[in-house]
Amino acid sequence: MTLRPQRWAFGAALALLVLFTLFPFYWAMVASFTPDAALFREPSLWPRTIILDHYRALFVERDFLTPIRNSLVVAGTTTVFCLVVGTLAAYALARLDFKGKPAIMAFILAVTMFPQISIVSPLYLLLRSLRLIDTYPGLIMPYMTFAMPLTVWILTGSIRQIPRDLEEAAHVDGASRRQSFTKILLPLAVPSIATTGILTFIYCWNEFLFALSFTLGPERQTVPVAIALFRGQYQVPWGQILAAAVVATAPVAVMVLGFQRRIVQGLTAGAVKG
Amino acid sequence: MKYEARLGWMLVAPAIGVIGLIAIFPLGWTLWESLHMHELRMPWLGNPFIGLGNYAEIAGDPRFWAALGHTAFFTVTSISLELVIGLFLALAMNRAYRGRGLVRAAILVPWAIPTVVAALLWRFMFESESGIANAILVDVGILDQPIVWFIETATAWVPVILADVWKTTPFVALLLLAGLQNIDLSLYEAAAVDGANGWWQLRHITLPLLKPAILVTLIFRTLDGFRVFDLIYVLTGGGPGTSTEPVALYTFNALLQNLRFGYGSALSVVIFAITFGLAMLYVKGLGVRLGGEER
Amino acid sequence: MARIALEHVDKVYANGFVAARDLSLEAADGELLVLVGPSGSGKSTVLRLMAGLEQVTGGTIRIGERDVTDLPPQKRDIAMVFQNYALYPHMTVRENLGFGLSIRKQPVALINERVRMVASSLGLDAMLDRKPAQLSGGQRQRVALGRAIVREPLAFLFDEPLSNLDAQLRVETRVELSRLHQKLGATMVYVTHDQSEALTLGDRIAVLRDGVLQQVASPMELYSRPANRFVAGFIGSPAMNFIEGTLSAETTGSESGGRFTFKGGDLVLDVRCDSPASSSVVLGVRPQHLEVVGDADGMLRAEVTLVEPMGNEQIVYVSLSGGERLVAVAPPEPPMKQGERVAIRAKRDAVHLFDAKNGVRLSCGGVQPSRD
Repeated sequence: MTLRPQRWAFGAALALLVLFTLFPFYWAMVASFTPDAALFREPSLWPRTIILDHYRALFVERDFLTPIRNSLVVAGTTTVFCLVVGTLAAYALARLDFKGKPAIMAFILAVTMFPQISIVSPLYLLLRSLRLIDTYPGLIMPYMTFAMPLTVWILTGSIRQIPRDLEEAAHVDGASRRQSFTKILLPLAVPSIATTGILTFIYCWNEFLFALSFTLGPERQTVPVAIALFRGQYQVPWGQILAAAVVATAPVAVMVLGFQRRIVQGLTAGAVKG
Repeated sequence: MKYEARLGWMLVAPAIGVIGLIAIFPLGWTLWESLHMHELRMPWLGNPFIGLGNYAEIAGDPRFWAALGHTAFFTVTSISLELVIGLFLALAMNRAYRGRGLVRAAILVPWAIPTVVAALLWRFMFESESGIANAILVDVGILDQPIVWFIETATAWVPVILADVWKTTPFVALLLLAGLQNIDLSLYEAAAVDGANGWWQLRHITLPLLKPAILVTLIFRTLDGFRVFDLIYVLTGGGPGTSTEPVALYTFNALLQNLRFGYGSALSVVIFAITFGLAMLYVKGLGVRLGGEER
Repeated sequence: MARIALEHVDKVYANGFVAARDLSLEAADGELLVLVGPSGSGKSTVLRLMAGLEQVTGGTIRIGERDVTDLPPQKRDIAMVFQNYALYPHMTVRENLGFGLSIRKQPVALINERVRMVASSLGLDAMLDRKPAQLSGGQRQRVALGRAIVREPLAFLFDEPLSNLDAQLRVETRVELSRLHQKLGATMVYVTHDQSEALTLGDRIAVLRDGVLQQVASPMELYSRPANRFVAGFIGSPAMNFIEGTLSAETTGSESGGRFTFKGGDLVLDVRCDSPASSSVVLGVRPQHLEVVGDADGMLRAEVTLVEPMGNEQIVYVSLSGGERLVAVAPPEPPMKQGERVAIRAKRDAVHLFDAKNGVRLSCGGVQPSRD
């Protein structure tokens, strides 16, 4: 597929797609520097004025740091916990032989397909009876329902790709199972674990339904909920919303730029194996 | 080895335990609730067992069937677009050229941001008559005059579908890319030597060998499409009226707006059943290997 | 050093596949025993059973006098060289070599000393601080070898260690392994699918097929007195020629067996054998034991279909008038030509007879060509 005119058209289409992909961000950024009054009047592709009012309002009046902190705590804790528990489970599923393994894999796969909406209400009642509504544990626990299966699934696929004979050589050399796990497998699995951590963190950070249902006020709301619920006095405060969007997107963009190769590997290791 | 089996179960237990507690137990509870009447707004009615009463109500509920239709429409339309564009992107990312890493990163960003942010970006672009979408479409000549997108159902779907395609195509492209990379290059070389051109190679080598990856993509995307919530909640709120409301949003409203826990639970079960049914269909059709066999 | 013995070992997998069946085998103390056989013959499985990487489903394994059947690999004190070397990619060569000792908490000074000695004897001094990824295939192989040697184990197990090397390196390394064995006097069990490797390296060779031991013997014994048709056809290159035929009824009997006439295609021979079980037999003769002579003089008329000049000899493919194909090895001169008419003669007493049904070699001797 390498004819000259084809290649040219192909390149053009690709450029168009990339443009299409990046344009909404660009537009949001422009708007975030534009005063509210000018937002819907004769939009132009180039910013006419640059003001920082929206950003200031974001952090000063709306205390946007709080949702950021909440998201960090919830996503971070969930990720770390799932990585620890998930790595052990993945090791068992990838390396050990025991009856019921296919059933477990099927079970995990099945849980990833759960519609979240189907367990929102009982989780709500459960959390309420445990007085965990509007708390950190009250979000971390429900987040396990999707973070744990995801972690186990991707890590199992990744560990399977590490050749078995390295651990066998370690065993013959005299290493116990724990030693071969910590000295041989774990160091080699670190890149996959890191990638899985990134993916899990992203999923937790972006989660909306549970965060919406299980928090009551700005104290514990996460970033997606906070942004979605921005209320203005008279009209939708688009300037601030978009400023918040830019703030929410910037770190993600940096992470993706830095780790794109790893992210691609991690996603495909888990997904295509199934 | 008995020891190995014991160790295996021990290591797997925490993960399974957590999942079981937090996913299975609530699911069972939902099932139980769905067989009762439980109107939190009318506590004097108590919590009587009504068997399949809620399900009967669902069967006759026009808003439910409408929601099902919306969900199906959304899913089918999005997936079709995502597959086509995703395939193109995958083919593009499969080659080596300068700036490939940058392109990959660029198209990954929409996938990585929260859905609500994506929804807000697109809502903003299509908002009001002087939004940027209107401005561009009128300038380019596709529209004669600006449309108020969110007033009409038909036009309200446009930003919804566009936003979903924008956000999820990268993921589709990645799944397909993984499949592409498993295709032996020498097949293309043999075809080229035999005189086949690019289109022939696409139709007779790429697509058939990509089938497993395409089917995997279909599973994931269909299930995701059926569970759509965040996007529509923020973009249209289900509106105008309830004309873009998907089943998940309807259930949410029933549960946490109208506080009809019994009815909402029944809706949840129905969604679950549909999702599971679809998954089973795909799995049977694919013969997906679920792990356990390696060597 | 110690011997390794398998006693009536069975290995049946959960799906019913039988990898080893009533296998009894011993590698004597200080011996280099080669396990050879086609793919799927169970040879790698046997090695892994010896290492403890797989569990037997029946039978016993001993190392020295110790019953190690239920011991995990860590406790067996044997070393293994894997086919893909299995070098720890995140460790340097030095750390790879010393891994076994450091796991056993040996003193650092001892580890350093042994690593240094082994590295220098294998020519790895310059690479001690590199990682496996930076080494060539041959160097990695030596590190794998070194890792085993450093541990001074009771025995060495080799799983097709040369199969990933190119042809020339393979031959060189084979020689080095032989020298190593002589120097260390170690018990070694060596798995390969290459019969020529087996013949050159082994003190004794065990031929396996579908999990069943066919024959254990010295290379010469295997070559000249193969126990059955499979071993005869597997050992030796080019492979032995086989001609199917029948043995006539016993013509005369005597102390040393009866006289029979073998008829196979154009070939007629008088043989003296102990009573065979059936009259259907297969005659086997090695290409090296077939003489190709000018027409008229020999036993069988044939036409040359292909000649492969090998420098020191010619491999001649002929076709008999009945259509049977034979392979012969002839001296380099005179060069044969395709289409040439020749005659084939078998060297006396170099002919084997096998029972056609069970492949067992019949004890026969005194082969005489019948007057044609």
